[in-house]
Amino acid sequence: MTPEVAVAGETTDLRFRDPARARGLARALERLCAEIGRERVSVMHVCGSHEQAIAKFGLRTVLPRRLDVIMGPGCPVCVTDLPEVDEAIVLAEDGVVIATYGDMLRVPGTTRSLAEVQADGGRVEVVYSAAQAVELARDTTDQVVFFASGFETTAVATAAVILDGPPPNLSVLSAHKYIPPVMEIVAEMPGTRVEGYLAAGHAATITGWGIFERFVERHGIPVVVAGFEPLDILAGLVELVELIRDGKREVLNAYPRCVTRDGNRNAQAQLWRVFRATGGRWRGIAHVPNGNLRLRDEFAHVDARRRFAIDVRRLWTQAPPTLAQLCICGDIMAGIRSPKDCALFGRACVPESPVGACMVSSEGTCRIWHQYGGHPDLRSLSPHDSDRLP
Amino acid sequence: MSASERSVLEGEAPRAGRGEATRARAAVKPTAPVRGPDDIITLKHGAGGRAMRRLIEETLAAGFTDAAVDGIGLAAMDDGAAIRLGDRWLVVTTDSHVIHPVFFPGGDIGRLAIAGTVNDLAMMGATEVLGLTSAVIIEEGFRREELERIQTSMLETCREAGVRVLTGDTKVMGRGELDGIVLNTTGVALADAVVPDAGLGPGDRLVLTGTIADHGIALMAARRGFDFAGDLRSDVAPLNALIRVALAAVAGGVTAMKDPTRGGVASALHEMAQKSRVGILIEEPKVPLRPEVRAAAEMLGLDPFQIANEGKALLGVRSAAAEAIVAALRAHPLGRAAAIVGVCTSERIGQVVVDTGIGRRLLAESEGEPLPRIC
Repeated sequence: MTPEVAVAGETTDLRFRDPARARGLARALERLCAEIGRERVSVMHVCGSHEQAIAKFGLRTVLPRRLDVIMGPGCPVCVTDLPEVDEAIVLAEDGVVIATYGDMLRVPGTTRSLAEVQADGGRVEVVYSAAQAVELARDTTDQVVFFASGFETTAVATAAVILDGPPPNLSVLSAHKYIPPVMEIVAEMPGTRVEGYLAAGHAATITGWGIFERFVERHGIPVVVAGFEPLDILAGLVELVELIRDGKREVLNAYPRCVTRDGNRNAQAQLWRVFRATGGRWRGIAHVPNGNLRLRDEFAHVDARRRFAIDVRRLWTQAPPTLAQLCICGDIMAGIRSPKDCALFGRACVPESPVGACMVSSEGTCRIWHQYGGHPDLRSLSPHDSDRLP
Repeated sequence: MSASERSVLEGEAPRAGRGEATRARAAVKPTAPVRGPDDIITLKHGAGGRAMRRLIEETLAAGFTDAAVDGIGLAAMDDGAAIRLGDRWLVVTTDSHVIHPVFFPGGDIGRLAIAGTVNDLAMMGATEVLGLTSAVIIEEGFRREELERIQTSMLETCREAGVRVLTGDTKVMGRGELDGIVLNTTGVALADAVVPDAGLGPGDRLVLTGTIADHGIALMAARRGFDFAGDLRSDVAPLNALIRVALAAVAGGVTAMKDPTRGGVASALHEMAQKSRVGILIEEPKVPLRPEVRAAAEMLGLDPFQIANEGKALLGVRSAAAEAIVAALRAHPLGRAAAIVGVCTSERIGQVVVDTGIGRRLLAESEGEPLPRIC
């Protein structure tokens, strides 16, 4: 089976990348922030894809200086906790084939990462989808474990594969995370400055935007669901800052071309048939009640945690995982503290061997501080040098 | 300083087929010693990024100083070495090639081996090639017919570049002792003037000779069996004729050159900026990129700036010479899409800023092999 990848469509739709309209939205944001009049307006997004797009298109340099867009705990790979990575490593060391997404390879476990296990002869295969893990299992008689990460969007794909009756030699090691509970955690952090949330459009295509209504009710903070093109993000921010200015506590859907109030009910049904939400640690953030998605008992036969006796303690004999407990990523993400307040930053926690989520992600606050000594302001390069090219 | 093509895109290259390579690996007994992160060599150390540069500086190049070298030696970590011969320069470079698959859309390992070395010479300003060597290591079981195809391809690429192979070496190793075939080529050439990586000055323009990321994306698609719409082909080609044209267009107009192979344009720009002690501002909308390559890269979550090229050059040129050099490049079949894509600044020394058309960002230097991301 060849994975068909469509290349037309929205990803290359330049309508949502128009510089002139982007400048217009940036001006609107500037105006709104001026109307609010406070020195700082802080909002948070909770999605790695939002941060990716913000970074890729350089959106931070067009945002008003007083608007602080904080990168929340939105990268499912970065928040994969040490013991979860360790489980995959133990399995790989025991000769099981690990199939996982590319960016999981560099996430550090207690003593090393899957990339290092691979270099040492462990069988770690990069897949692009849960379906590819199935193919991989079909091609071999060896045990294959799909080390599954991602939020509810990706978890739906994993669920579909499990419901489809996977080959007997395939099992799933779920590191899937569920976003709504961690928003509660961040909203309840003492001293949090977050005044509004930008919610992830793709997750909302599954859950529907209605899921955020209770959150808004409980915390009195507005939520705007936004897409991933630069104009989607800027337009979402305009709506969000408008709600903040007007003191409105509601959910707004700024991504109506994909997201509905109820979402995809079939996908939700699949998701919750296969998974249940349980509490667990998110790397460097907190214990998140209902933040982890684990397989239900009914699917114990495809659950790698049941199929194999995974003893991660053998990895801990020389390096007990205490470093992670010193990590203050959660506070950094909440905008309460900065990397320079962290005892690990630049010492025990560096890009080559990160401890917390903010150092794992290439867009993470700590990673950027480490590389550039703070968030660089790229708005002005001197006019002589930055002359427009012919 | 290039060593291997294997991890042109991502670490799993040799295992992508999930065939023999995987089975061979099954025999490897997994071990679990506790080690520091850099005690073993991983694929990131061969991916052309920071990890590789550090490894070379700390081990392979350690102890070799250029104090006694009249010219450019190992410590400069340039595309090759240059030794003064009277009033001219003898330029030497060497490159080993492993690639999976051996035959890929747009080329094969033979074409890559010739073009790669010819290009490393050209990037030093040495476009008059005296000759090449060719060393081949073959895995037992390799098909003779494929070897002949590779040989034909090398011959054709030599003709295209106007170069000859003068001497060679052949070894065969046991099954499983290497992955198919390894080619090493060394090239020697004469140059009137050497163009170093480090020659950029503030105000200089940066010129790309054509579209980026074609090679890496084509390889990725071929390895993975992705059926992307559109024609994804490697750009592998010898560039000496094209570079000759650029050098001749304006005397002294080219100040620095680099071919953005492993690590892509991002690595090349960082290296040039750091060695030249300038900042670089790139205007992304001006960077030539085929729509199908852009789309494939977005699908896979890869940054085209970090993807390998095998038939493109990145030139630093004096601003007054920029238009003339681009015009000369565009008149050559391999330079039709050439464009001025950036400018050197005296701010943000050693850093590369990308103007996206909407905002600005710092271009990340590739860490190791780019891995497709899900988040």
